[in-house]
Amino acid sequence: MDTSELTRRQFLIGMGAITCCCGVMGWPNLSFAKIPTDKRLMVVVLRGAMDGLAAVPPIADKSYHDARAGLALPDTALLNLDGYFAMHSSLKPLHTLYTSKELLLMHATATPYRNRSHFDAQDLLENGTQQPHGLKTGWMGRTLEAMGGTAGGLAIGPSIPLLLNGAKHVNSWAPSILPDVDVDFMNRVMHMYGPDEALASALKETGTVALSDAMKKAPRNERQFISMMETAAKFMTAADGERLATIDIGGWDTHANQGLDKGRLASVFEILAEGILKYKQGMAEQWKNTAVLVITEFGRTVKANGTGGSDHGTGTVAMLMGGSVNGGRVVGEWPTLGAGKLYEDRDLYPANDLRSLLKGVLQQHYAIEPDITEDIIFPQSKSIAPLKGLFTA
Amino acid sequence: MNLDAFIACNRFGLGARQGDLARISGDPKGWLKAQIQNSFTPTAIANAFAGNAVADAMKQYNEGKKAQEKAAFKPLRDLYVQQSVLRFNTQVKTQQPFIERLVMFWSNHFTVSIRKRQVTAFVHQFEAQAIRPHVMGSFADMLIASSKHPAMLLYLDNAISIGPNSPMGKRREKGLNENLAREILELHTLGVNGGYTQDDVIALAKIITGWSNDKDTQTFMFRPQIHETGPKTLLGKTYQENGVAEGEEALRNLARHPATAKFIATKLARHFIADEPPQSAIDHLAGVFTRTNGNLKEVSLALVNLQECWADPLARFKSPYEFVLSAYRLLDAEATSGELVKSFESLNYRPFDASSPAGYADTNTALISPDALLKRIEWAKFFAKKSSIKIPPLTLADEAFAPVMREETKFIISGAASGQDGVAFVLSSPEFQRR
Repeated sequence: MDTSELTRRQFLIGMGAITCCCGVMGWPNLSFAKIPTDKRLMVVVLRGAMDGLAAVPPIADKSYHDARAGLALPDTALLNLDGYFAMHSSLKPLHTLYTSKELLLMHATATPYRNRSHFDAQDLLENGTQQPHGLKTGWMGRTLEAMGGTAGGLAIGPSIPLLLNGAKHVNSWAPSILPDVDVDFMNRVMHMYGPDEALASALKETGTVALSDAMKKAPRNERQFISMMETAAKFMTAADGERLATIDIGGWDTHANQGLDKGRLASVFEILAEGILKYKQGMAEQWKNTAVLVITEFGRTVKANGTGGSDHGTGTVAMLMGGSVNGGRVVGEWPTLGAGKLYEDRDLYPANDLRSLLKGVLQQHYAIEPDITEDIIFPQSKSIAPLKGLFTA
Repeated sequence: MNLDAFIACNRFGLGARQGDLARISGDPKGWLKAQIQNSFTPTAIANAFAGNAVADAMKQYNEGKKAQEKAAFKPLRDLYVQQSVLRFNTQVKTQQPFIERLVMFWSNHFTVSIRKRQVTAFVHQFEAQAIRPHVMGSFADMLIASSKHPAMLLYLDNAISIGPNSPMGKRREKGLNENLAREILELHTLGVNGGYTQDDVIALAKIITGWSNDKDTQTFMFRPQIHETGPKTLLGKTYQENGVAEGEEALRNLARHPATAKFIATKLARHFIADEPPQSAIDHLAGVFTRTNGNLKEVSLALVNLQECWADPLARFKSPYEFVLSAYRLLDAEATSGELVKSFESLNYRPFDASSPAGYADTNTALISPDALLKRIEWAKFFAKKSSIKIPPLTLADEAFAPVMREETKFIISGAASGQDGVAFVLSSPEFQRR
């Protein structure tokens, strides 16, 4: 489906061709980003709050069927994980990764956010502090800076999310249906952009890597995730491509008729799993150097609401996968769904701080110093111990 | 051609049409104020919603779905595209671009989105019926019209929300859906820090149970059999059982709340000044909003009179929609549906297609990205290629942004190898990306 080729955007070569009274257009940092690491990190943000109890239901929790009345999955929709937890059958490719010990799950997890606004919760999920709007940069952006600012970040999508703010070099890419612009034209446009600092620095990033778009018809809505993940792998496997990337997928805000084995939520699960599978295939031998994190702003109510869906909740599930992930496990404390155990009597209790997983990944995957993850990337998170042993190598 | 004319045309308007800058330079503020005084709904748009287009499309859709036809969705999509073209071409020609900008601002504030497929046929009707009539009227009326419109009731699930103690709620295992209530508090009125709790969300959800749609006419219908009966307490005030009027009263009180004034003022200041507008400007707008009981004509007038809106001529970055629209306005072109669909697909920004009820992000930070710029440059080339060019590119640039044109831009446009390239440079220039 996606036949695009990864190529250097040509106009870099023609740089400096335009001169005039105002002198040669200066492009600092013309040399390609020096890549300090082979390790890749892809962060998939599920915007809208994924129902973690539908993705990874605790089938042996004796309160499961009562507490989830209306949303408990039928046996035909379950793929066993460890006897206690199961996985939604629409996530089958991820179940395969679990079986091959390349997928680790953390259940009953949440950021420190305890209210129920998507937008504040996403802000906090991305800014890495303990409050919405706590910082204007994102934890991935600060990670890139902590790595010396030489590696570039990549937003797969039309805009750059808060998650990547704060890094010097961030590229973004989304499929295009229009023809590429020729070298000479682009050089001239760059000249016009010189005096506009914000726009010049953004446009400059497109020079690092580009795709010649052969994708004439971009699929709409969530399905686009699959082809974008295929393309993401091309960026991430390029010798001097970006190493830290993020992508969004929506469709999780299932207030009504979310369905069980089939339906609205099941179809987004399928797309998510298919996209990750395509990414893994595209990473090929670099899969061993790859970590994929799947995170969402919060979970959903345990009980079905009045309309066959679930409302905004708290605890949910997070996923870590990759060729060197020490997976095949569900980690964290399980608070159970028993009477009196729910958060505010409605949500899965957030027993495990999401930052313990995120910090663990940064420390073990990128060997980032604990001080930096504690004070800069996730400020004031000293009390949240990073998870250990997340990777086999 | 002076700087204030550029700001009036771009910050407040939708981009200059040829001749605009020269014509309004004598009194740019007067030009804006006259638009507010004589505000009206464009005839083409009023006519488009006089009939039963939406109900007809929904009927076809429901029948098609029942028969499991593959193309069941097509009537909804067709109506959406047709009305998108109508709206766009009306905005290309309009002599009231300030009004149109405000219409889009409020449509985005009260977002309904085609991301929920069954809402697709309703979104333009929503703007025509719930937003346009109130854009120079009262905020409370707009809030009520928005909250009662079938588009909103479908988009945020209230049409199917059932009071647990309503006659039907007691009989069936159905119940409350808190989606619309939460977003009214968080996104339409008080703002997330406006001081409400989860209990308030549930109280408002109960208050507006029964606000639903008539499936035949696709218009608002109050259904007493699913309305939660009895008194409810919202933000410390108890509302006695009063059917549909109970919700209207609650919304009027929310519209009057000081947190609402502050929240609306902040969004307006951001739209017309900068990502981080000065507190003094926010306070001033909130003051006008409160003093006039949410009179949007007064609030709009206050924007025109606000010094901060006239400070930095290139402070804000156009949204992709504004970018395309301003290009069509500058070249006095008329869009076909194929062209428009392709343009919005390529820029990844379709009308009424926000990814969440918070609407399209309205900050430079969210709008500027490497990919977004690249796509605009690709689009500028694509559009220039199909345009008929009647005047030299540099003259066109003067018509668009003479008061702010930089030497670098002038140099590149003057040196263009062809008229088409010249037009593409005008549209790609940094001056044309900002407002």
